[in-house]
Amino acid sequence: MTISEKQTTVIVGGGHAAGALMTILLQKKYQHEVVLVGEEPHPPYQRPPLSKNYLAGEVDQASLYLKPRVVYEKAGQQLRLGVRVEQIDRDNKTIRLSDQSTLKYDQLVLATGSHVRRLRAPGSDLQGIHYLHDITDTDALREKLVPGKRLVIVGGGYIGLEVAASATKKGVNVTVLEAADRLMQRVTGPEMSAFFYAKHRGAGVDVRLNTAVTGFEAGDQGRVAGVTLADGGTVPADVVLVSIGVIPETALAEAAGLPCDDGIVVDEFARTGDPDILAIGDCTRHRNLFFEKMQRLESVANAVDQARTAAATLMGEEKPYDSAPWFWSNQYDVRLQMVGLSQNSDQRVLRGSAEDKEFAVFYLREGSVIAVDAVNLPVAFMVGKQLVQHRKSVCAKALSDPRTDLKSLV
Amino acid sequence: MGKITFIEHDNTEHVTEFEAGTTLMQIAVDNAVPGIDGDCGGECACGTCHMIVADEWFGKTGSIGDAEEQMLSMTPERAQTSRLGCQVRTTEAMDGMTVHLPEFQM
Repeated sequence: MTISEKQTTVIVGGGHAAGALMTILLQKKYQHEVVLVGEEPHPPYQRPPLSKNYLAGEVDQASLYLKPRVVYEKAGQQLRLGVRVEQIDRDNKTIRLSDQSTLKYDQLVLATGSHVRRLRAPGSDLQGIHYLHDITDTDALREKLVPGKRLVIVGGGYIGLEVAASATKKGVNVTVLEAADRLMQRVTGPEMSAFFYAKHRGAGVDVRLNTAVTGFEAGDQGRVAGVTLADGGTVPADVVLVSIGVIPETALAEAAGLPCDDGIVVDEFARTGDPDILAIGDCTRHRNLFFEKMQRLESVANAVDQARTAAATLMGEEKPYDSAPWFWSNQYDVRLQMVGLSQNSDQRVLRGSAEDKEFAVFYLREGSVIAVDAVNLPVAFMVGKQLVQHRKSVCAKALSDPRTDLKSLV
Repeated sequence: MGKITFIEHDNTEHVTEFEAGTTLMQIAVDNAVPGIDGDCGGECACGTCHMIVADEWFGKTGSIGDAEEQMLSMTPERAQTSRLGCQVRTTEAMDGMTVHLPEFQM
């Protein structure tokens, strides 16, 4: 082997997956030049606090950063922030940036994340209608959360409900409009939905289920004044947050001719259709060995786990992605920790009761635990991680019996 | 500014400098100590920053909260002086401390 010039690995995107990959490559003493190109002016940061304690003003911006910027630079990794990647030229293995410069890559990792799903309806361009995806969004929304103001949230998923909890704490009058017949329908079972419904109602949030939004009503000077409903009613609003999910950011990959299908398609080693291009995080639809199907996951855990997979692939190790997904959410005094995906369960087992404020729902399929949602019961989450990862068959009675030590089931 | 030494399971040492107020998890991440990625960012939600504090230093790390205790209770390599790194905020008194890392995280 001849001594050649140092190879360059370029990471496109500056989110959690990108940041985790930078750190893992450093831990593994990766020898290539590493350059991260991020559109936001910030180094990679934690997004979960954007709807929680960062929105509430309890933590500062610097504390969101996975690491201070200087730490990357000290370690010899480059951050090129505030520039967008415009195009990937696979033939010449270069990318073109928004500042008109080009960058050569030997390996490219796409960590482009997602963008918010917009609500297209009459009045949707009025001022005062917010979305929440990055630091700038949260800073803008926080300014509007003034005691006594009316915030209407369209969408009762994680983000909408976390914002509802944060805003309520600040004395804002909050209404949540959810089109489905229960909250967080996409991610949890009916017991948990009912628990969170009661929790929010108890805190004074006006939660309305089965409520479809048709548009927005204008007030003075092009500002939103209300949200119109399918039943003909209107909910008055000073501020609106639309939180109806995200769409994977695949435009660059598609333009470069990489296979995409509601996500950049990657295998269990994070490889795209081009052997020199990997993709990780929210932007991917990956071959998931755990679920034995193609899967898209929007979560920090997936971002970090795929970063681990990609780091191994870049270093010539083959470590397939095969971990059970997990998630968490904090609302009021509730710590919700979830592992697995519960949608396909055929049996739900409750341990404890919602009134106790400490309980868990175990989701079974053909006798095996496929998911666990734990409220203020971290031990159930940790036990659940083991049970789900190993697809353990467990007796439903033992799970619900308070006399059973959960740890004995692992 | 003080020093904390992280020792991997294979005895590789990482001597790090820290500012009081930073958590043990963050110090490990900032210094690319292998095995500590701080997945949840310090929310005590994931249990992936398990560390074992050297006996003589354990008393200086403060008390273990209920959530942390529950998370630790399921960690196979749990020791008497186990902590989740994200729950230990450093103080000047921790200058010179030694922390061991388990072989695996949950």
